Amino acid sequence: MSAVAGRGSQLGEVRTGDGAWRTFRRGLALSPEISTGLTVTLLLALVATAGRVVVPIAVQQTIDSGLNTGSGPDLGYVRWMIALAAGGVLVTVVAAYFMNRRIFQASEAGLATLRTKAFRHVHDLSVLTQDTERRGSLVSRVTSDVDTISQFVQWGGLIMLVSIGQLIIATVVMAVYSWQLTLLVWICFLPLFLALRTFQRMLSSAYMVVRERVGGMLGAISESVVGAQAVRAYAVEGRTQQRIDDAVESHRVAASRAQRLAATAFSTGEVVAGLANAAIVVVGVLLGVAGDISLGRMLAFLFLVTLFVAPVQVGTEVLSEAQNAIAGWRRVLGILDTPADVADPADNGVRLPRGPIDVRFEHVSYAYPNGPTVLHEVDVAIARHTRVAVVGETGSGKTTFAKLLTRLMDPVEGRVLVDGIDLRDIRFDSLRERVVMVPQEGFLFDDTLAANLRYGRPEATDDDLLIAVTELGLGEWLDSLPFGLQTPVGQRGESLSAGERQLVALARAYLADPDLLVLDEATSAVDPATEVRLARALEGISRGRTSVTIAHRLSTAEAADEVFVFDRGRLVEAGPHAELVEKGGVYAALHAAWVSQSR
Amino acid sequence: MRDERQATLREGVRILVRAMRDEPVILGIAVAGSAVYGFATVAAAEVIGRVTDRVVVPAFREGETTTGALALTALAIMVTALVKAGGIVVRRYFAGLGQYRLNARYRRQVSRQYLRLPLSWHHQHSTGKLLSNANADVEASFWPIAPLPFALGVVVMLVFALVSMFLADPLLALVGALVFPAILLLNFVYQRRLSPLATRAQALRAELSGVAHESFDGALVVKAMGRESAETERFAKVAGQLRDANAAVGRVRGAFDPLLEALPNLGVLAVLIIGSARVADGDMAAGTLVQVAYLLTITAFPIRAIGFVLGELPRATVGWRRVQAVLDATGALPHGTGSLDGDAGPAHLGVRDVTYSYVEGTPVLDGVHLDVEPGRTVAVVGSTGSGKSTLASLLVRLVDPGGGAVLLDGTDLRHLEPGAVAGAVALVFQQPFIFEDSVRDNVTLGLSVPDDDVWAALRLAQGDRFVHELDGDLDARIGERGATLSGGQRQRLALARALVRRPRLLVLDDATSAVDPEVERRILAGLRDAALPSTVVVVAYRRATIALADEVVYVEDGRVSARGTHTELLAASPGYRDLITAYERDAAERARAGTDQEVRS
Repeated sequence: MSAVAGRGSQLGEVRTGDGAWRTFRRGLALSPEISTGLTVTLLLALVATAGRVVVPIAVQQTIDSGLNTGSGPDLGYVRWMIALAAGGVLVTVVAAYFMNRRIFQASEAGLATLRTKAFRHVHDLSVLTQDTERRGSLVSRVTSDVDTISQFVQWGGLIMLVSIGQLIIATVVMAVYSWQLTLLVWICFLPLFLALRTFQRMLSSAYMVVRERVGGMLGAISESVVGAQAVRAYAVEGRTQQRIDDAVESHRVAASRAQRLAATAFSTGEVVAGLANAAIVVVGVLLGVAGDISLGRMLAFLFLVTLFVAPVQVGTEVLSEAQNAIAGWRRVLGILDTPADVADPADNGVRLPRGPIDVRFEHVSYAYPNGPTVLHEVDVAIARHTRVAVVGETGSGKTTFAKLLTRLMDPVEGRVLVDGIDLRDIRFDSLRERVVMVPQEGFLFDDTLAANLRYGRPEATDDDLLIAVTELGLGEWLDSLPFGLQTPVGQRGESLSAGERQLVALARAYLADPDLLVLDEATSAVDPATEVRLARALEGISRGRTSVTIAHRLSTAEAADEVFVFDRGRLVEAGPHAELVEKGGVYAALHAAWVSQSR
Repeated sequence: MRDERQATLREGVRILVRAMRDEPVILGIAVAGSAVYGFATVAAAEVIGRVTDRVVVPAFREGETTTGALALTALAIMVTALVKAGGIVVRRYFAGLGQYRLNARYRRQVSRQYLRLPLSWHHQHSTGKLLSNANADVEASFWPIAPLPFALGVVVMLVFALVSMFLADPLLALVGALVFPAILLLNFVYQRRLSPLATRAQALRAELSGVAHESFDGALVVKAMGRESAETERFAKVAGQLRDANAAVGRVRGAFDPLLEALPNLGVLAVLIIGSARVADGDMAAGTLVQVAYLLTITAFPIRAIGFVLGELPRATVGWRRVQAVLDATGALPHGTGSLDGDAGPAHLGVRDVTYSYVEGTPVLDGVHLDVEPGRTVAVVGSTGSGKSTLASLLVRLVDPGGGAVLLDGTDLRHLEPGAVAGAVALVFQQPFIFEDSVRDNVTLGLSVPDDDVWAALRLAQGDRFVHELDGDLDARIGERGATLSGGQRQRLALARALVRRPRLLVLDDATSAVDPEVERRILAGLRDAALPSTVVVVAYRRATIALADEVVYVEDGRVSARGTHTELLAASPGYRDLITAYERDAAERARAGTDQEVRS
């Protein structure tokens, strides 16, 4: 676990040390669909590839056995042979079709599985691990990273497979025709094959720069969009535009530079092919004069050389793609390799019956990986039906307390017991049904208000929703919305105000009907009157329920059965409001400060 | 369907024409390079044919050859190869250059629009969509530019190839005349079948990304409510659709690619069968047979470039339509020519019967009328959703009122010249935007002020301490949207940004909500003692914040329902009293309930 935070946002590089081959094999193991029936696919590929030498052989046969026979032209043989060749070409088409089809189907099925596994795993990771990553980078693991693999398998990988096959088969045919010319062709092309890696390295570093600049460009443009308000309020349009222009220009320059390299690399194949052709004609004629090769065989070489050009031309691109695909694969595997350190015991876990809940913290300490201890030795019990308020200054450990209570994190030491059972032994589906937390930032999904309210209880009817909203005292607010329950809330709920989002989040949790409701500053953006109304409503309906409220306004504490006071990572006081005020300790001071501020 | 396809084609061609007009020289060079390549390709086959007849065949027949003939042969082959390679370099490099210049040009134009268009326009478009308009959509629009010169060069090549074949042997040329159009036709059919499938896959890819984005953004909610399986199901459903869509693309590609490859091969076989008969009859030289067969072999691939362009057109038109929508959007806030006296001290603010609605018929502000004398501090108080933030954004002219007017020193904001409002008024938001930049630049936003002033502003905003602790002080870089700072730190930085400008009107929209109460107290005390030359409007709930104000304005149902000092309002306005004393009343009621209980027990 400690390794996770130490790595920062390096989730994908977890197994950087692994070779490409190992990544490839592990990747295949995780998507078994890709390798099922691979033998048949490879056999089809063999047939499809073999078809590529049909034409050169036909040329050779036509000239040597059809026209240049000692006993005059044999057109009957030519017709017979060409018919056979045409048959060969058609078989190739059929084989290639089935090969393509199988590759597409298998790879798509395998990658869809991989995507879904990785997606699920991201949700299974602990909050802590999720928070160390940019959300965008997690998204790319299940989208573009997988896309690079699929593109490679279906384009570059396919070309690589066919290219290697056609090089081998062309070489075999060449060797049968003339070992001398075969050697010659290879002498021309070998340096180029060897240079491919260098070309590719130069290109990939050029494209790396391009990708970085794309990031910079997107960042600059996003300021004009996300910061639209700030840009206008401070009239910094000119400055923002200048930053965008600079970023756009530097991206263009980098892309153009990479393009120059790519164009040059691509054209070398043509130059070498020309060189090989010239050499074949010169040496071939000399061999022919010496009687070591037939005319047809020599001419067939010109056709066979064309089979060398395509692999060289696309070679650098294919290698880059392969590299990207391996990197993408590694990043996806990196997600799957990251341990879900707050793991669901699933079938090994206990399922708790519904009903009032009690909680006990036993010597609980928490420290962030490689960080200082933020919660020390907490020993406390929350009895059934109790309403607890947790107070303390920013950084005092109260949010940590809530996260441990809801098992968003596990304690480093000690244990948290619910109904006498260690949280770590309770199945998630049972735990999340009974214990629900409402975080501060009221995240909503881009859907209607109704759909959001129903999130924790999909089977709830519209009437259920209305009842819940009314019970929370929010009926008037709902009526003020132009489309009522059908109001679209926008992305992240941004069509509503911050306070309204919190209201929805609270109602959503209430509808889920948990036995223990944990509110983490869940009403911080709501006006006082609404907040008090909500608090009252919650009290009414939470009788018979256990609740823990992290409070930023001490009015909540005044109303609670019990107040937990945190200070610098320790639980320093616990007891009813009146008692603590009387005691004259930390809470009394906090309360006095709050009263002077708010009244 | 057919009409739609034709429309796409027409529109696609229009994009290509526009691109050629925007970058005539660079794309012209690319096309010229491609034409040279096309010519050299045909010439290479001609050379092979002639060499066969004049050097190879005689040498094999007579058993001897000359060094001169061989040298000349090698030279001819090499020259055509080098010209061909040169053509490729020029074509590919300049095509790429043109493509990137076009991308850059339209990205600049799109982002200019983002900065020019009013905030109301921004509210109607999601962030993700606008970013992809500037990035992916621009790129898609000009993607066909890369293969375009290639395709145009191929047209030149085809003309040369047919001429060369007819000159060589009219009968064999017939094979070419059949095979070339067949390849083109097959290409058309291929792209026509492929493009709707590819478009669908593209759309699904975007949808999948949307699902993942939203789900990961809300990861905490998903976890807190135990909805991981439901989310995975939602994702798996779209992933499955994408899988099927990609497999459908694969079936079409899998069928057409081998066919396109087989066609020229069948052409070569036809040439061999017809040609060998003509050679046997003595009507044609063997070299001609080789030449035509070779020509068909080496032109097979380039012909497909036309298909590459056609294949990209549907995606390009979709992208271009989106880009065009941004470029054609209108409705900037028009400016006047009026100016304000910059040294006049605190400004006078007048709000005259202002109305504003986001949704037609449900006004958020409904006739707000308000005067704030220079140097006064006014607190705007109202319940959640009462339109306070809307009012704040009207004061700095982020939006214009639907009715009524906002006046600064008696001048309607709409009559002021560009920059005049921002020069006099500063608004600090509840959720401030932090630029990916240094602390200094985040405070100054390009305004040239000495570091001492920056520090002074930070000190007043109670932000100097944490800035000192950052690595590099004012030069410390702040990450994407200030992700490395806490909410309170971001608010303090934003406050300093406003203070450093010494605004004549300062508007604080719940701008200290994420700051600890004690820190907030110090900020407010600082503002009061600093004797800022400002008129201040502050939106707040906290009693202490309100206490800073000379006067309180209570907003209810979209209008000013009461105004006066805090004490006056407590007495005069029941709504205000309810809102502001909610905690006390709550506490009092609880105390009473507690006593009752005790009495009863």
